[in-house]
Amino acid sequence: MVGIVGYGAHMPRHRIKVEEIAKVWGADAPSYKKGLMLREKSVPPPDMDTITLSVEAAKNALKRAGNIDPADIGAIYIGSESHPYAVKPSGTVVAEALGATPDIHCADYEFACKAGSEAMFVCLGLVKSGYIKYGLAIGGDTSQGAPSDALEYSAAAGAAAFIMGTDNLIAEIQETHSFMTDTPDFWRREHEFYPQHAGRFTGEPAYFRTTMGAADAILKKSGMKPRDFAYAVFHQPNGKFPMRVGKMLGFTKEQIEPGWLSPTLGNTYSGASPMGLTSTLDIAKPGDMILMVSYGSGAGSDAFIWKVTDRIDEVRDKAVRTRKLLDENLTYVDYGTYAKFRHKILKNE
Amino acid sequence: MFPSRIWRDSKHRYRLEAGKCTKCGKIVFPYRLICPECGHREFEKVILPDTGKLMTYSVIRVAPSQFTDQAPYAVGIAELENGVKLLAQITDCDVEKIKVGMEIRIEFRRIQTDSHQGVLSYGYKFVPKWY
Repeated sequence: MVGIVGYGAHMPRHRIKVEEIAKVWGADAPSYKKGLMLREKSVPPPDMDTITLSVEAAKNALKRAGNIDPADIGAIYIGSESHPYAVKPSGTVVAEALGATPDIHCADYEFACKAGSEAMFVCLGLVKSGYIKYGLAIGGDTSQGAPSDALEYSAAAGAAAFIMGTDNLIAEIQETHSFMTDTPDFWRREHEFYPQHAGRFTGEPAYFRTTMGAADAILKKSGMKPRDFAYAVFHQPNGKFPMRVGKMLGFTKEQIEPGWLSPTLGNTYSGASPMGLTSTLDIAKPGDMILMVSYGSGAGSDAFIWKVTDRIDEVRDKAVRTRKLLDENLTYVDYGTYAKFRHKILKNE
Repeated sequence: MFPSRIWRDSKHRYRLEAGKCTKCGKIVFPYRLICPECGHREFEKVILPDTGKLMTYSVIRVAPSQFTDQAPYAVGIAELENGVKLLAQITDCDVEKIKVGMEIRIEFRRIQTDSHQGVLSYGYKFVPKWY
């Protein structure tokens, strides 16, 4: 059997409230909060980026994995749309920081918000084939939204890491399915700083058709119904979309809520549904079934069905829980500090 | 910072790799070729613990050019759980609230950026321990 041996997440402690952003742009905060079902988002300080978030998330995954030797990790894949370098893989630094070099395969992935689940899918496959003993899959971002754009209210930072293997599993993979079409709902051209999006088109047909396509297919393949799952995790570009798509599929609010981080975290892009899975594993019981469906603009979804094992009770508190990082020790910043942190102010070099 | 220096320092800056003298047990960080305590030349690799207590600190208000955006910020010396003392920047905190004796955790952070074009430098910093 193949599955998750260790998992972990990391996020900044800084937050900015929707009201603080709306105040600067003369926008109506209550309507944004209601429309996006989102109250605040995480803000990475200048010394935090996708690489540093990935390292800390991976360290937490290693703590939960127990006594595995980082040198036994045969592949590291980091999915992100905010890799610090355009040319030079984030995974090189992360693998070095973990002590997993030099006998390791490395690649950075990019597929808008589903690059992290791509890494998970490939690691599962390589472990299952026997090519590697362990695979480290990370989804993380320090995403950018253009000033005053709707995305600015949600684009946030965070990362989740999963070590895939065959022994001492926390969650076994039961089924996977990927769904992908050419649907241009969100993009960023070469050398552009901020992404562009196609407004409401990003919802229907992009997010909903794609997420539903992957979810319906994996339910059909597995012969399972929404009631067979303890929890479901969906990509969360805002607070509203994952709740709506879950209800369209027949899931209840109670099944979705443990992995529903976006109302106070924002959209961590490649980290979004992977972080939702970490938060769900934090409270899951042995035998629970979890559906996870990512979504990446462009557009595609990766769906996974996980079965939680007895080992979860043994390892969940070997590293910090995701909700604790989300809810405690917070520092709220004003728009000026946020603009400085996110390099939105141009200075002479 | 030159890429070659980043590469040379990565073992200790990235993963707190130190050397423990196989004769007298002294831990040296960064790694050395000769033990300053007993002159022995053999070390075993040890990874430093990632928590400790702050022994002293200083707040930098007039920063070197590559750190001006971060001012005011603090650098401090912490004693780690195994007794090794380490110097690092203290991040994620209000400098007015830093106290000698406070517990710290070591996190992997970006140390400096060499303009928009240059190589990125990573390493360890202290953050207040809160969990």
